[in-house]
Order: sequence, then structure tokens, then C-alpha cells
Amino acid sequence: MDTEPKFFETNPTAGVVGKPLNRVDGRDKVMGRAKYAAEYNNLPGLAHAVIKTSDVAKGRITGFDTTAAMKQPGVLAILTYQNIPKLAKTPNDADGKKAIGAPMGYLPLTDDQIHYAGQPVAVVVADTLERAQYAAALLKVQVAADKPIASYEDPKAQLFDPEKIQDGKADGHVKRGDAQAAFAAAPVQLTHKYTHAINHHSPMEPGATTAHWEAPDRLTIYESTQGVTRTQKSVSTMLGLSAEQVRVVTKYLGGGFGCKGSAWPHTILTVQAAKAVGRPVKLALTRPQMFTGMGHREDQTQTLRLGATKDGKLTALIHEKTSTTSPWDNYAESNSKIINMLYECPTFEASYQLARANVMTSTFTRAPGEAPGSFAIESSMDDLAYQLGIDPIEIRLRNYAEKDPTNGHPWSSKSLKQCYARGAELFGWSKRNPKNGATRDGRLLVGWGMATASYPVHNSQGTARARLYADGHAVVQSGATDLGTGTYTVMTQVACDALGLPMDKVRFELGDTKLPTAPNSGGSVAAGTVSSSVYMAVQDLWQKLIKVAVLDKKSPLYRAKIADVEAKAGRLQLKSDPKKGEGFADLMKRADMSDVEGNGQGRYGSGYEDAQAAANADQSKKDEAAHHSMHSFGAHFCEVKVDPDLGTVRVTRWVSVHGAGRILNAKTARSQIIGGSIFGIGAALMEGTVRDQHFSRYTNASLADYHIPVNADIPEMTVEFIDEHDPHINAMGVKGIGEISMVGVSAAVANAVFHATGKRVRELPLTPEKILGAKAV
Amino acid sequence: MMDSNTPEPAAQPEQDGRRSFIKQAGGLLGLALAPPLISQAERLTAMSKKVEGVTEMRLKVNGTVRTMQAEPRVTLLDALRERLDLTGTKKGCDHGQCGACTVLVDGKRVNSCLTLAVMVQNKEITTVEGLAKGEELHPLQQAFIDHDGFQCGYCTPGQLMSGVACLKEGHAKTDDSVREWMSGNLCRCGAYPNIVAAIRQVEQSGFKG
Ligand code: FES
Ligand code: FES
Repeated sequence: MDTEPKFFETNPTAGVVGKPLNRVDGRDKVMGRAKYAAEYNNLPGLAHAVIKTSDVAKGRITGFDTTAAMKQPGVLAILTYQNIPKLAKTPNDADGKKAIGAPMGYLPLTDDQIHYAGQPVAVVVADTLERAQYAAALLKVQVAADKPIASYEDPKAQLFDPEKIQDGKADGHVKRGDAQAAFAAAPVQLTHKYTHAINHHSPMEPGATTAHWEAPDRLTIYESTQGVTRTQKSVSTMLGLSAEQVRVVTKYLGGGFGCKGSAWPHTILTVQAAKAVGRPVKLALTRPQMFTGMGHREDQTQTLRLGATKDGKLTALIHEKTSTTSPWDNYAESNSKIINMLYECPTFEASYQLARANVMTSTFTRAPGEAPGSFAIESSMDDLAYQLGIDPIEIRLRNYAEKDPTNGHPWSSKSLKQCYARGAELFGWSKRNPKNGATRDGRLLVGWGMATASYPVHNSQGTARARLYADGHAVVQSGATDLGTGTYTVMTQVACDALGLPMDKVRFELGDTKLPTAPNSGGSVAAGTVSSSVYMAVQDLWQKLIKVAVLDKKSPLYRAKIADVEAKAGRLQLKSDPKKGEGFADLMKRADMSDVEGNGQGRYGSGYEDAQAAANADQSKKDEAAHHSMHSFGAHFCEVKVDPDLGTVRVTRWVSVHGAGRILNAKTARSQIIGGSIFGIGAALMEGTVRDQHFSRYTNASLADYHIPVNADIPEMTVEFIDEHDPHINAMGVKGIGEISMVGVSAAVANAVFHATGKRVRELPLTPEKILGAKAV
Repeated sequence: MMDSNTPEPAAQPEQDGRRSFIKQAGGLLGLALAPPLISQAERLTAMSKKVEGVTEMRLKVNGTVRTMQAEPRVTLLDALRERLDLTGTKKGCDHGQCGACTVLVDGKRVNSCLTLAVMVQNKEITTVEGLAKGEELHPLQQAFIDHDGFQCGYCTPGQLMSGVACLKEGHAKTDDSVREWMSGNLCRCGAYPNIVAAIRQVEQSGFKG
């Protein structure tokens, strides 16, 4: 939008934006003062709730024996489907699910049915946590068990072809050109199957809710959520209250990675429990409950067929995915999106198959679709390179997409070639021996691998408020959340530059539905949307002051045209003659203004470029409406050392280079890329939740058995960003980096293992037995 | 109340006390107690009088004696978080698997979720809230801020307490040693390289715990 101010123009040389500043919330975090959702202890009469879950995955509840549990001292209530306070709406029908924005089309404790192991069947409330836990242990639930279906691999499972996946948000079929014919005619044909284990987000802070009914029709919840507004909408809709009757507060969040992006059952169950006992109630999921309480990345198999010319030019890509979904929802990550857009290829086809099983609905997990999708395409590209004797970077350059292959749009910006070049330089790629299995460090096999990363700039909008005081300090607010990504810090930086104030004069507040509405922190939209909102709010405040100045006889700007005045570093001045002007403090003092407030709306993605065309359209239409395709791009480089006798893999070096628009804080951004890479290394080498095929129950639902990387698994890491100036994506030029940090990571690791051993393993995670069992090509 | 004198570990446990503790541990804590802990708990508590129901307990936390009413099954972690409102110490798993609940007991790092509050009366407990001197940060706290040794901050109190102990134990002499000795503290945000850098910097500054 040309008429709106842009940060590039008002602040051509950024002040604190981009600087590697320490986190503004750092002190609170290292001193143990940061309060998370389960830490609001000073509510009057706070009681504790514990969820009792089902051990069987399918069946019907035939009765409860509450006698022993109720006899325990301190027990306040045992709530089951028979006596829990009723809700105005549940997600159990399609309309309800949509209105609530529920992640799952079934809410436990609404009937006697059991659909998955770990499903809540009762909530026990007591005056202390220990008493609630013990009473829950004494509570007996009688169940008529049935034989469950465990996954799409279960012989009883029925595969079907969904029209829409990802909960209606993506197409189940995608076609561009005649990929089948192109594949059949291709001189080089690769067909490979890739499997991905179930992954659990496993944030260190378990999901938690503290619910406080302040009046019969007024509720405050302290919630571990990635979006206070979405939670407010979900909870108020279920209760039949208007949104403003429900306040949601999330000042600190102990990680989320997608699993805290929606209101899962425990949230409303806590609210109902608080209603039932007439006291504030706190509930935190146990770690085992985290494996059946907040979604997961689904178990899946992808088949990728790749057709190419003899010199490595892609001619066809055909992708099929089969995965498990719940009894109610058609959820699958849309893996095909990245496969469709990553390289220049004239034809493409994708299809999805789902099977219903007795599991909860899977949900977005860091880089949903892009992470497993990139594993398939980036492993296959590596195969293609190897088969044709071409360097892995060179094969990617030969297929470099100068425009978006899916719609022919130019990219709003793309620095992928620089990412390859800089990454290769930092890593020392030119010294790579092209032969597999030829490099050793003592008895260990050494391998170098790389992969491309990309993630879209989605479509989003948000709002913010900025209040500047005449004495030169400011409070800026937006109802965003900080998952640990640095929202508090980077928004303070943006506000400082926009206001021309130093860091210690600006406070940024977030995480409360009382503040201006902001989107969920997810899909990498928060940094771009909220920073643009903050920036626009400050511009609004300047416009208000400029109006005062041009009417003030004592102002040097008296009778200037409003359009001729600009605000720079806290000074109002004539564009044509910057010396003519004054600071805000003098003006506000004369006008007897103690403060001035501005409101701003920030838009992010295609809706920024063409708000009109994108209005009321769904996501895919919005993207079509824009004149540019908007993506971040990057490259990961990995060195592994593989023990040839034990099959163990250690990542020993790591380089990531990304072009992701403006980077708001070099320090927190580096941490985020490191964190996403480690998340991906986990998925590549060790993470996998195993569902028992007879009982459809997880066999390793704990942090002792579901392995995530520990400190000793991770080497030093090198991260760099390519400077990008993208005027099309939002007022700040920010793309966001939360997801791209993980895309391509598992392929980079697998490609390094291939280089080390000559063994191509296509089943994640790459555990030792798979590596020992594979044959070198 | 427990006896205020801690007996020598070698002393022979008194039959009665031991049995009543086992009964409680088995019945009330059930599977939450791992076998090695039971034997340790047994040894420590067996010397003491029988503790049943809600009693007054006294914990010396960060140099201050705090009194609370609690049952013997209350873990040190829940005592801190739920009874004393010291919520700096975090619960990530409640089963000794993640390290988020790490505190120092008599200078040694322990998982407070695997420790009964009743067992650590008369001991010096240090939590993250006790690391700074007033507003003056402990060098490791400052190093965590400078090196961005966290994102969400939820594992951070445990990392800090482990880090302080790691330095004191002499396990911070090399990067690899830090990686190894800090691997009991999970960080899902993946701040590991920055945590290593923070601890190493404090080590190299010559700081003596
Ligand atoms: S909470 Fe104690 S180790 Fe996880
Ligand atoms: S900082 Fe989030 S888990 Fe470590």
C-alpha cells in the first residue's frame, strides 16, 4: 500500500531495530519472576484439578465408582459427563466446531464414548494438588472396551480420499500440468517412499489453565496459549458468553511450537470445574497427558516421484501422502505445498489419503507440512544429484525457481542463491569429497549434507496501541504472545525507533485480551504483523500531534500542510526543510497534553499488498490476488559423524543461512534459528512416539522415553542472515523465522548420513538400527 | 515433626518408622517414586518419628526459614510452588526426567520433584529466587542474559541451578564437559549452545561459586 508509511522510509537507518540487544524480559526470567499460567497462586480459595484419562482407546463408559475418592479429605468435586456443568456449544458438530475454532471435533465429558487412549473421562477437584491426584487415582471408571484402530497401517483401517485437508484449509488434490505423462517420459525417474514418526511438540511448560469466575458472567483465565484472542473466542463461544466477558491472560509462555495454538479440552474443563465448585481452579496437564492432550504431528508416509532430464532439470513431481487422522476430523499437514513451489518444475500433482483411527486429532507442529515435505523433496534432490554426479548445491541451482512455479508470480524477495553461497563458504563446502563413505575421522565416518529451506509469508492482521507521554516515555500494547521468540523485546525495539526514544523509556505489554487484538503466534506471522501494528500505531500518534502543531501559532510548523510534515526520531519537521520543526515534548507542553495515543493496524502478507482484492477471500484466493509470492528462503549445512559399528549419528557442525526479510533482533533471531534447527535434529535423529498397534496407546509418553535433543547432542552452530529489503510484505519488511528454522533440517541430516555411509534412510527418525540395517548404494 | 538431628547414614533404621514410611510411600505416592529414591527416602526418614496427615513443616529456603502445613507426600517442588509461592522452580515432568525443577540442597543439585519436602527440613535449600543478591544478579544469571541462554525461560531456573552446581563441581572446564554435565536439563527451545557459552564465560572469568 503506497499511501501508508513504511519503516524503510521513515527510518532509513534503523536505530535499535535489528541490534543484538538482550531480552527486555531476561531479568524476570533468570530471577524466577516471570509468571506462567499455573503460577497465579494468590486467587481466593484456589483449588486444584486433575484430569483422569482413559486407558483404553475405544469403548463406552458404563459407570463410575466414586465412593473411595469422595471420602478423601479435601475433595470438592468429581466431574464426569453425567454432572459437569453444561455448555452452550460444543465442537461435536461441524457448526459448533467452526464457531469455536476448535482443534478437534469432539469434546470429552460430553457423552459416555471413548475414542482415544488418554481421553479425559473425569475431572477431580480438591483443595490441594496431592489430594486431587490421590482421589483421581482412587476413582474407578468402568468401561466396556472395544477393539481400536491404531493407525493408517492397521489392517482394519479404511483409507479415504479427502477433498480438503488441514481442517478444510488446504486442498486434498493439487494438479499443475500433466505430471503423470511428464514422469512417464522422463529420462531420469526416481520413486521413493518416506515415513515420518509421530512427533510431539513437548514444550517444557505443560499446558495449563487457571480459571477464575469473578462473577457469574465474568471469567478470567490464565492460560498457556499462543493466542489469547483465539482462546477467548473458543471459550466464550462454548460458554455462550460474549467475547469481552471472558478475559484471557498469557504473560509468559513456556514454549508452544504449535500445540498451544488452539484451545484443547483441558482449558474448558478447567473453566467448567471452576464453575462447579464456585472457586478458582488450576489445572496443569501431566507430562504423559501432554502426549494425548494437545495434538501431535501425525504418522505419515509420503511417496515422491521425481522425473528429470539427464542434466538434472526437473520435469515432473508427483507426491502422495497417507496419514492417520482422528474419528472426526480430516487433518493432515499439507506437505505438498513446499514440494510444489521449491524448484522450477513444469508439472506437479499431489494427493492425500487419510485413515481414521482411535487417536486424537493431530495439529500444526512447527513448520507443519513444510518440515516433513522438505524431508521428501530434499532427500530426493540429493539422490538426483548423486545419481547424476552433480554437486548437491549445483543440482538445486539448475532448478532454481526465478518465479513462483505454482502461479507464475514474481517473488516479493528471494535471496536463496546468496544463502547457498554464504552457507557453503562458512561451511567449507568446496572441500567436500563427492564420494560417499570416503571421509573418515579415526574410525568414524564423516558426512556433509545440505538442504534448502522455505516458508511462506501467510496472511494476517493485527492491532496495537501506543501512548506517548509528554515527559518522554511510552507504553505500547498489543494482545500478542511471546513464546520465547522475543516478542517483548523486538516490539520494544520497533516502538523505540518509531518514537525516537531509548529502550529504557518504552515498555511493551502483551498477552491479555484487554489489549488490542493480535493474531496467534503461529505460522511465523507474529513478528511481521505485530511489529507493523506497533509501527502504525506510532504513526497514528504522530499524525495527531502534527494536527496540533499546524494549528499552534507558537509552533514552527504553524500553518504547514499536514502532508508536508513528517516525524523523525521524535521530531516533527517539514519534509522539505527538516530544520523547521520541533520535538514532541515542547509541543505537548504548550498544548497542555500529558499524553497522546495512537492506534494502528498492521497487515502482513498478500493482504498488505492488495487489501482490497484480498478482502473476504480465503487464504489461497488472497495469495492469488497479490502480485507477488511471498516466502522466506534459506539453506542448512550439516556435518555428521557416524559410528560404523553402532550406527549412532552425531551432528558435529551446523551452518544455517536465511533470507527472511528484516531481522528485528540479531541475537534473538539467531537463537530462534538455532532452536528450530535443534527441533529438526530431534525429528531427524531421535523423536518418535510409538503407538501400540493393538491397544492404540503410546508406549513412550514421557520425557525419559520420548527423546528430544539434550545439550550433549548439539554442537556449536553458525547462523547468518542475508539482508533483505522487501517492501511488499508489510510496513516493517519482516517475514518471520519461527518455522523456516526447522524446514529442511531432517533432510540436511539424512543427506549427511548418506554422504558418510552411502546409506539412504528414508524413515524418520534415523535411529541406529535403521542405519545398521540399511545397505549402502 | 522430624527430629532436628540428622543421624549418621550408617545407623540402623528403626523397624517401626521404616514400615510406616513404606506404607505411606507405597499407598500415597505409588508409582511416582522410582526405586532408588525409595531406598534413599527410606534411609533418611527411617530415623525420624512417624509423620502422618497434615503437619507443620519448616523449610529453610534461600536463607529464610518458612513454615507451612503439608502432608508428608508433598514433594519439595510442590511445596515451593504451591505452598510457599516460590514459582521460579518449574515443573516440566514431575518424574525426574527434565531438570526444570532443579534446586540446590546443601549446595548439591537435586530434582525437587523427586524429593519429599519432609526429607529436606533442616537443610539449606537454594532456588532460583535466591541466586541474586537483592537486585544484583549472580554472574551466571547475567551471562544467561548476555548469551541469550534461553527463549521461553521455562527450563531456565533449572538450567541456572544446574549451571551453578556444574561450575562448583569443576565440570565446566571444557565445552564438552559442560555439554555432558548439563544434559540432565532439557531445553525444548534449543538454547543449548548459548547455555554452554554462558557457563563457560563464567568459568573463564575466574568466578568461584
Ligand atoms: S519436573 Fe523434576 S525433573 Fe522434570
Ligand atoms: S528456554 Fe524454553 S525450554 Fe529452555
